[in-house]
Amino acid sequence: MEIDPFIFRLSIFILSIFIGYYVVWSVTPSLHTPLMSVTNAISSVIIVGAIIAALAGDKVNIFDTANIFGYLAIVLAAVNIFGGFLVTQRMLAMYKKKQKDKK
Amino acid sequence: MISANILAVFYLISGILFILALRGLSSPETSRQGNLFGIIGMAIAISVTILSVGNFTTGFVYLLIFLIIGGSMGAFIAFKIPMTAMPELVAGFHSLVGLAAVFVAISAFLNPEVFNLGSPGNIKIASLIEMSLGAAIGAITFSGSIIAFLKLRGIMSGSPITFIGQHYLNLFLGISIIILIFYLCKTQTSNLFWIIIGISFLLGVLLIIPIGGADMPVVISMLNSYSGWAAAGIGFTLENSALIITGALVGSSGAILSYIMCKGMNRSFFNVILGGWGATDQTATNSSQEQKPVKNGNADDAAFLMKNASSVIIVPGYGMAVAQAQHALREMVDALKKNGVKVSYAIHPVAGRMPGHMNVLLAEANVPYDEVFELEEINNDFANCDVAYVIGANDVTNPVAKSDPQSPIYGMPVLDVEKSKSVLFVKRSLSPGYAGIDNDLFYRDNTLMLFADAKKMTEEIVKSL
Repeated sequence: MEIDPFIFRLSIFILSIFIGYYVVWSVTPSLHTPLMSVTNAISSVIIVGAIIAALAGDKVNIFDTANIFGYLAIVLAAVNIFGGFLVTQRMLAMYKKKQKDKK
Repeated sequence: MISANILAVFYLISGILFILALRGLSSPETSRQGNLFGIIGMAIAISVTILSVGNFTTGFVYLLIFLIIGGSMGAFIAFKIPMTAMPELVAGFHSLVGLAAVFVAISAFLNPEVFNLGSPGNIKIASLIEMSLGAAIGAITFSGSIIAFLKLRGIMSGSPITFIGQHYLNLFLGISIIILIFYLCKTQTSNLFWIIIGISFLLGVLLIIPIGGADMPVVISMLNSYSGWAAAGIGFTLENSALIITGALVGSSGAILSYIMCKGMNRSFFNVILGGWGATDQTATNSSQEQKPVKNGNADDAAFLMKNASSVIIVPGYGMAVAQAQHALREMVDALKKNGVKVSYAIHPVAGRMPGHMNVLLAEANVPYDEVFELEEINNDFANCDVAYVIGANDVTNPVAKSDPQSPIYGMPVLDVEKSKSVLFVKRSLSPGYAGIDNDLFYRDNTLMLFADAKKMTEEIVKSL
């Protein structure tokens, strides 16, 4: 008897939901906005699908319809990756502790 | 170039780095390092994917060009965007993830051989279900986020748009998507796939238009969650563990945030999704018709009160974001601190238009994060505080939520502002807040109303300090 690989992926999925559940509950409420922008950036890892779609297939005709959708998805995901991580970085840089020695 | 097994190991590593990126957000000190982990994870995922395809011909050059185009647009936006525009930025970014998911699904549908999913017209049933679900959720995320973006940006009215039979129409569309996916699997007709995507775009619009402005925190969190589920759906199609892990993380993160936001308003998730508080408007506004005495003050009164106080709690709300008053507020607090006044900030979970909105604005104005407290942490301190300075908040301070079971906001956790010795309420008029109900606080003996724009009033107070 062989287990369908789908079951393994489903296990990864469900276990990751549990990890997400516990990790996100431990996020401090004051960082909820950076949480949203960083989750937004990492969900753009969908770009890996876009890269395969754009590069694979017929190597002569690089602008097949399927490839074009891949390239479009690359642009969209790239906006998100760079925009998401950089804006998170910018926000996190603003969170400062009270400086006791000031004045 | 790289074997499938090694590739899978690298995807697992990026998945772990993404988990660490979220873990880092448990405190501001570790958060910057967390973000770095996220960036490394993303870089690994992209590089190994390119290596695995191993196609370094013209296509690769185009890939780099498109990556740079998208990347520079993203970087430009990230550096230029003002912090007050963060809610619409996040909504806009969600729409891009949704659309990217749709595009990848379309590409996989048109050219399934590339992803080992069968051949066009004969795609594996499981893959077909996964890719149509991914495409449908992606499409809903895209059009829903566009509507949220337009509402937050003020291009579209923030008030709920409702019509008779709306919920039944949505239900009908949702069920028809499932039926169409079923027929798509049976017949493999490509037209059905396009119809599914079309209906999903429509459903996304219809789901978000009935939701009003102050419910936006829930909507944004929900769309955040959807973008994760869409990514996970595509991850199943492409058999990619990095996408599955990330999708599950983002999906549950958004769901938790939606839950926290709903709890902050004491409403169920379905109550928010099925349309706002609009229906209670008529009955609620009646009470504000009768003229009740209100104490009206000016900046000098406010300055006098605060200067002589020993502790002041500041309650910011969406009005502060609109007036961009956070920098003026910080100046005021600095002046007060010089006078030896102890100042802290109280943040209600649903203050503003997205989770954590107020915290980011205060951080932007250089307010140290250890002076900013959440509702549960600070609510007992109002009783010992001399002055509460309410700037741009309204419903979240309304004592009616504790006393009147008839009120639509009854049971919602509120800040106990009325317990402080005196309340300074900066507001442009006596108009009710989003919930459409009168705020009892305006008419209390210890309340002094400051009718002005939040920023102007705060600046005037700074001058008279």
